[in-house]
Amino acid sequence: MIEFRTVAKRYLDGTTAVDNFSLTVPNGKTTVLVGSSGCGKTTLLRMVNRMVEPTSGSVLIDGEDIRSQPVVPLRRSIGYVMQNAGLLPHFTVAQNISTVLRLQKTGRKAAENRAHELMEVMGLDTALAQRYPHQLSGGQQQRVGVARGLAADPAILLMDEPFGAVDPIVRSELQKELIRLQSELGKTILFVTHDIDEAFLLGDQVAILSAGANLLQLGSPSQIIEAPASDFVASFIGAERGQRALSVKQTPTGPVLVDGQGRTQGRLVGADEAS
Amino acid sequence: MNLISDALAWIADPQQWQGGDSLQLLIGQHLMYTAWAVLIAGAIAIPLGWMIGHTGKGREAAMAVSGAARAVPSFGLLILLVLLMGVLHKPEAALLTFVLLAIPSLLAGAYGGFEAIDRKTIDAARAMGMTEKEILFKVEIPLGLPLLLGGVRSAVLQVVATVTIAAYVNLGGLGLPIISGLNLRRFDMVLGGSLLVAALALLLDTLFMILSRWAVPHGLRLQRRPSANPARMLFRKPAPPMQRQER
Repeated sequence: MIEFRTVAKRYLDGTTAVDNFSLTVPNGKTTVLVGSSGCGKTTLLRMVNRMVEPTSGSVLIDGEDIRSQPVVPLRRSIGYVMQNAGLLPHFTVAQNISTVLRLQKTGRKAAENRAHELMEVMGLDTALAQRYPHQLSGGQQQRVGVARGLAADPAILLMDEPFGAVDPIVRSELQKELIRLQSELGKTILFVTHDIDEAFLLGDQVAILSAGANLLQLGSPSQIIEAPASDFVASFIGAERGQRALSVKQTPTGPVLVDGQGRTQGRLVGADEAS
Repeated sequence: MNLISDALAWIADPQQWQGGDSLQLLIGQHLMYTAWAVLIAGAIAIPLGWMIGHTGKGREAAMAVSGAARAVPSFGLLILLVLLMGVLHKPEAALLTFVLLAIPSLLAGAYGGFEAIDRKTIDAARAMGMTEKEILFKVEIPLGLPLLLGGVRSAVLQVVATVTIAAYVNLGGLGLPIISGLNLRRFDMVLGGSLLVAALALLLDTLFMILSRWAVPHGLRLQRRPSANPARMLFRKPAPPMQRQER
């Protein structure tokens, strides 16, 4: 469990990235921080592995203030997946995946086996193990990035817009993959994105943020769609338009659902029981 | 009368390869001065450049110093140092001149190599839990190597060409036939010596070209080919200061 207790981050030039933010990230669930760029969501994420130190307030992991822990072992115990994968260009795929294991002095052979195992989990051909990152496609690099985050079997996985730089088809594959993985592994995932659809797809709990990491609404995707806390949230999640503004249209074969653009999205079934 | 063929005949003359001022001895002296100057300069400038590149501190000062050092005329410096240190310390004065000449290229190569690394790569390394030492040795030094070797290469070339002036203070090297030739109006000697210096420079340059190709980390070989000219790194506009993250 990760707890943010009234954390704030102010920079010397007077800008406030995060202003008195509190949130509890439950164990074994995916919590998504979503907001437009510059709203402080990445700053919050990086507070968890102390890549950013809050100016005030504290971050606790399983009830323990992370400031009381030495920073290097803390970071090694937390998986971190970043945008564009952030792979080391002079390490092979296998070396990249097993970086943290090697830092922890795991034997070469054991680390290599673990790397191969994770490549299979992530749907990567193990023949790629000796390749270098620039020889891979963007999607493959991102899979390597996730595999690297999982290598030391951390309880917590931090994901900073991990699928932001790949094309929509690959992104949707990676999202499905993550959902499948998470159902098997049950990690505590803190996920940052600016894409509300991604947030609703992946999140058990979604936190909608505005500038200064101001928490506008916290809840499950259903709760947020059913009861947006404000007009801003409603417009941010697109409740009045696009594919989330569905209306019922009667057809000779029964009622169907139509989205904001007038495209038919699906058939209304079991309307009698569900209502 | 052809100067080039005269010069080549002078080089080929077996007389030049015997006795106290034989060419192999002069080449040996020339290479010794070059090697020592680059080694000493490297021992100072490379760790310093790495420190600047790793911490991001002192970049402006390093730029100013190496920029100014490039403008210092070596010959004037040599004479000045000989006057200051006394004629008994001529070899040291000459060596110091060449060390000072080599430092700017090496410094720029060392920190330029670090600065050319994508900040995200280093950020990722730190976020994974690498210590600062591990970041330095496992990430920054290997990734900075191509540009560093470019710096070493240009330092060697500058020094090997400049060691010629050592002969002005009677320290030998391939400048000796050039200077004696000028005094004796023996232009075959002058040109012969110059040709040897040029050949030596080309040889060393080729050697370093092969070495740098061999030393580039595997993952970078097929990727971008970094400019071998660290001077471009040095005088390039500084990158906008990335938010330096707390460690």
